[in-house]
Amino acid sequence: MIRMRLERRDSTPAWLNLALPVLAVLATLVLCSGLVAMAGANVWTAYSKLFLSALDSRSHIVETFVKAAPLIFTGLAVAVAFRAKFWNIGAEGQLLAGAMAAAFIGGREGLPAWSMAPLMIMAGGLAGGLWACVPAILKTRYKVDDVVTSLLLNFVIFYAMTALLDGPWKDPLSGYPDSPDIRMDAEFPILLERTRLHLGVLLALLAAPAVWWIMRRTSLGFAIRAVGENPVASRYAGIGTGAVIMMTALLSGALAGLAGVGEVAGLHFQVMSGISPGYGYTGIVIAMLARLNPIGVVPAALFFAVIVTGAESMSRATGVPVFLAEVIQGAALLTMLVALLFTSYRVRIARHG
Amino acid sequence: MDEILAQIFQIGFFAAMIRIATPLIFATIGELFAERAGVLNLGIEGIMLLSAMVGFSAAYFSGSLWFGIAAAMAAGVLSGMLMGLLTVTLGLSQHVSGIGVTLLNSGLAFFLYRLIFGQPSMPPNIVAFKPVAIPLLSEIPVIGPILFNHHALVYAAFILVPLAAFILFRTPWGLNLRTVGENPHAADGAGVNVAATRYQALMLSGALMGVAGAFLSMAQFNAFTFGVISGRGWVCIALVVFGQWSPWRAAGGALLFALIDALQLRLQANSYIDVPYQVFLMMPFVLTIVGMALVSRNARAPAALLMPFRKEER
Repeated sequence: MIRMRLERRDSTPAWLNLALPVLAVLATLVLCSGLVAMAGANVWTAYSKLFLSALDSRSHIVETFVKAAPLIFTGLAVAVAFRAKFWNIGAEGQLLAGAMAAAFIGGREGLPAWSMAPLMIMAGGLAGGLWACVPAILKTRYKVDDVVTSLLLNFVIFYAMTALLDGPWKDPLSGYPDSPDIRMDAEFPILLERTRLHLGVLLALLAAPAVWWIMRRTSLGFAIRAVGENPVASRYAGIGTGAVIMMTALLSGALAGLAGVGEVAGLHFQVMSGISPGYGYTGIVIAMLARLNPIGVVPAALFFAVIVTGAESMSRATGVPVFLAEVIQGAALLTMLVALLFTSYRVRIARHG
Repeated sequence: MDEILAQIFQIGFFAAMIRIATPLIFATIGELFAERAGVLNLGIEGIMLLSAMVGFSAAYFSGSLWFGIAAAMAAGVLSGMLMGLLTVTLGLSQHVSGIGVTLLNSGLAFFLYRLIFGQPSMPPNIVAFKPVAIPLLSEIPVIGPILFNHHALVYAAFILVPLAAFILFRTPWGLNLRTVGENPHAADGAGVNVAATRYQALMLSGALMGVAGAFLSMAQFNAFTFGVISGRGWVCIALVVFGQWSPWRAAGGALLFALIDALQLRLQANSYIDVPYQVFLMMPFVLTIVGMALVSRNARAPAALLMPFRKEER
């Protein structure tokens, strides 16, 4: 008789770190193929549309990178927060805070043109960071669960934004609830002619190694990881847990805020109510697939950028509802979580006579 | 000012408050059962959304509202089992599992709705639950119209609160459930099946969240929209904390939240006050956070909440 048994393992082999996300994604696609079949489409055709339509031409590949930029930022935001076990589910709201700050600065007259990009970046990062401090203060001072507050705050800032769009920022001519455009000279420069590849995409790609450096090579990064792994031991080691959580929140929120800055300064040049179709929540899935590794966030974000873009053309070609992309996100988060079991356990097959 | 107040605090206002509180009571009591057994069910928002969709669709095609409620409960029970598989059997992070279940269920709700109904210009609707006036009681002045002229599910919520308190504190199963949530090793030592108890709690919690979701799409509104839950599930998690894990206090919290929500609806409709309506929409969320901050420092959550239980490890 053959029996399978789970055994604890002491160390994780390096190849597993790469294999697990791939395994999780494959399992997700197998699970979701049932839904594709239910929609009456050929699974192979639908999946090839889903994955290849975002990669089939140079302009589509560039667009995928443009789409990935906010996802890289929110993925990094979540990766940093979760390392400290600060459950920041508020990247969505912090993104909106950053977007509003960027639109506010970008619309100011009287500021020199060269200062616009740095000012928008600083203001957006600060706005996102400060907004993330609200759940952090509530967690450290009042012992309020950070998941719930960061989630509820997403709704608070969303309504605040729509109030602004419906009130002071409403376009007096068209009456649309969109903010006024930012100044022309405040727009992020385009890096590749005749595409939408803007400065924000480059910033996102640079942010990943920068965050990796902070987490691995600085005392702040060490403290963040220590607090996440063992808050009691780090308190004995003289690390102020509360202060570290606050710094984590500032860093995490600032990264999410930059996602909003890029969307406003590089892509839409204004704020509208649909500026984020859930980038903050997708960031959670991305961070988990990357195993909270900042470098891993980049391929994971690109993967979801491919799916989100590809879902549209898949839907047009095969009639499978575009929301398959949402299902894949949720399923991938769960399969990855299950796959992570293999980092601390291994399957041992034992024969009994 | 007096005129505005008189306009707001009418009998209809309090009846609306009771109606708004009903789904919150169902979902909050559901969450409370899961947490009392030691599992934070963050799948709540997605479970309510999927159940709202399933319940609505089942009622739309069968023509029976009660069949819709049953289907919604079934969807909730299945989601509860999925939560159990992840957090009990596999012992995975309850935070991440719950968020995953919410994302998955929300995706499924949107996907299946689009698959079933396509993209019609007018959203399909059903004939929603109708109020049932309770004879004699509904004729009592003031109290009658406020409390006794509602949908059947509203009365069910009235009964649910004492019933939940009775089950938790007066039955052997309730005692086992609470022990599993406070000290699973002691429960295990006393011969209680910790895993089975947590599964049962999660399935019950899913079923109640299912009713809550279905109430929104089948009684409060008569159609399913993508924003039908819009944060109500998260509010219920806050209400459990606010209610200190007691069914009575949690229901009280739900009524308080409903009062604020009904108030903001009235204020929105009131033309005297020149404030963007989004400020009123925001108000319940802000006050929920403030409420949590006021009670959390002294709140005592079930001791084993968020802890996976593995028999061999202590």
